[in-house]
Amino acid sequence: MSPDMMLNLILKSLGQTLQMVAAAGVIGSLIGLPIGIFLATSGRGELFPAPTINRIVGLIINAARSTPFIILVVAIIPFTRLITGTSIGTYAAIVPLTIATIPFFARLVEAAIREIDKGLIEAARAMGATPTQIVFKVLLAEARPSLMAALTMTMVSLIGYSAMVGAVGGGGLGDLGIRYGYQRFMPEMMLAVVVVLIVLVQLVQSAGDALARRFDKRNRKN
Amino acid sequence: MTIQHAATGVAPSVRAEGINQGASSGTPMVSFEGVTKRFGGTGGQPAFTALDGIDFTVAHGAITGIIGRSGAGKSTLIRLVNGLEKPTSGKVIVDGTEVGGLPESGLRDLRRQIGMIFQHFNLLSSRTAFDNVALPLEIAGVDAKTIKAKVGPLLDLVGLGDKAGSYPSELSGGQKQRVGIARALATDPKLLLSDEATSALDPETTQSILELLKRINAELGLTVLLITHEMEVVKTIATDVAVIDRGLIVESGRVFDVYASPKHDTTRTLLASSLALPEWLRTGIKHSPSAGDRALVRLVFFGETAFQPLTGRLVAELGSDVNILAGGIEEIGGKPFGSLVVSYSAEPAVIERANRFYAETGLSTEVLGYVA
Repeated sequence: MSPDMMLNLILKSLGQTLQMVAAAGVIGSLIGLPIGIFLATSGRGELFPAPTINRIVGLIINAARSTPFIILVVAIIPFTRLITGTSIGTYAAIVPLTIATIPFFARLVEAAIREIDKGLIEAARAMGATPTQIVFKVLLAEARPSLMAALTMTMVSLIGYSAMVGAVGGGGLGDLGIRYGYQRFMPEMMLAVVVVLIVLVQLVQSAGDALARRFDKRNRKN
Repeated sequence: MTIQHAATGVAPSVRAEGINQGASSGTPMVSFEGVTKRFGGTGGQPAFTALDGIDFTVAHGAITGIIGRSGAGKSTLIRLVNGLEKPTSGKVIVDGTEVGGLPESGLRDLRRQIGMIFQHFNLLSSRTAFDNVALPLEIAGVDAKTIKAKVGPLLDLVGLGDKAGSYPSELSGGQKQRVGIARALATDPKLLLSDEATSALDPETTQSILELLKRINAELGLTVLLITHEMEVVKTIATDVAVIDRGLIVESGRVFDVYASPKHDTTRTLLASSLALPEWLRTGIKHSPSAGDRALVRLVFFGETAFQPLTGRLVAELGSDVNILAGGIEEIGGKPFGSLVVSYSAEPAVIERANRFYAETGLSTEVLGYVA
């Protein structure tokens, strides 16, 4: 295989990976964020007390998180077909990736919000803030650096998961590595794919860290 | 062994004077009526009684200190005022409104009229000093222009006019508490609650924060209710004090009166740190005299006795050498308060003459023990 062909394949696969990761990351985080906020604020005696629903949502999230991703991909094929009209290809692969992102990100959001000093919630209540105001003006504002870190971690995990959706013809870099590098005995392709993935993860991590630092006013010194 | 001679002579006049300069007439700013608060008690576990029948009022315009050891119930007590805690029974009334009877929205309106400052400041790390002070105004739905006009002067008031753009992590503890105070004042409250506001600060910063609170009380006519475990705080700024122990108010009144003649053991213990004897004196004390010993006596000067040359007269009266061992004069509730530890012969004749002298002059004394 000529270097040109290799490059073309890699670029095409990179495009698919980016497409899947971006779509699943954005949609999954948007759905996971409110669920995470709910988990962190609906315990007994908290802002929106609903302990029973909290426990049920927690159980569903645990179940989703303990299902191996490759099994999830296959298990939800009917659902995927319902949403996208097909169970094969990059678009179809976005569905299981999104489903896997939601509980993962929700738990990270919950942890980020729970680590906020309870004193801040009390201070806001003492000011006469409504629970909704507390969520938006206190919790989300204060958790911004942790939320940014959570988003970064989610994106990096998604890049890893996206390697598995080759099983349903999702394409992407992982799929390229398996099909060409492993099954067609092209170690140079395998190496190229791994290098591209390493660079991609590095870029995502660095960008995420930089943004988190920018939001973080906790350790500023004179 | 304690001898209190003062009660008949001086203290009543001091008390009367205190009442006159104290609370204005009319309804109190805050009143607790038979307030009990229990925690837990579900699932067969015994309930913990944090407050056990509190009856207590806070006068308009006063600085009232509630002092007690940790676990005495003072945090719960102050949180009942703005409804952060609900009483199990009894009523908490703030400026004529019963807190427990308010719906959530009414409670939020009430909270906007009550400022609160905290031991650990509770500032938002993601907001600058300016934006922290603006927060209660944003919550109240005040428009940006009004907020801008309001926050600057507040920061000036607390002496942080030049720190508007600083984040809490760039400020010292004292500066953070100043931001906290400015924030508490943003909605023009009529009552300021202070929850151990100086407990995390060093003594010098504590003094400057207390002075600021005192100034705000005087200039804005704001009623202040503070809780603390430090007698020093109460002594420095409060006009009234209540001592809380195991969920009960065991003693309350004008700060000066409570300080001058504490009636409850808890009060004495809390006072002990500020009236402590020097180490070298404490070690040799015996509880009963033997021949040739000297009595160790604390003389407390306050009110009228603070202005009379009583020490000289005591020496003349006893005809025995009086030795001054420790002492000092402090200002409590705006009045001088002196404490002098002296020793003189423990012979019965001398003791009798001394006691007669104390009875005549109204000097408050306490026999601390005997030394060789």
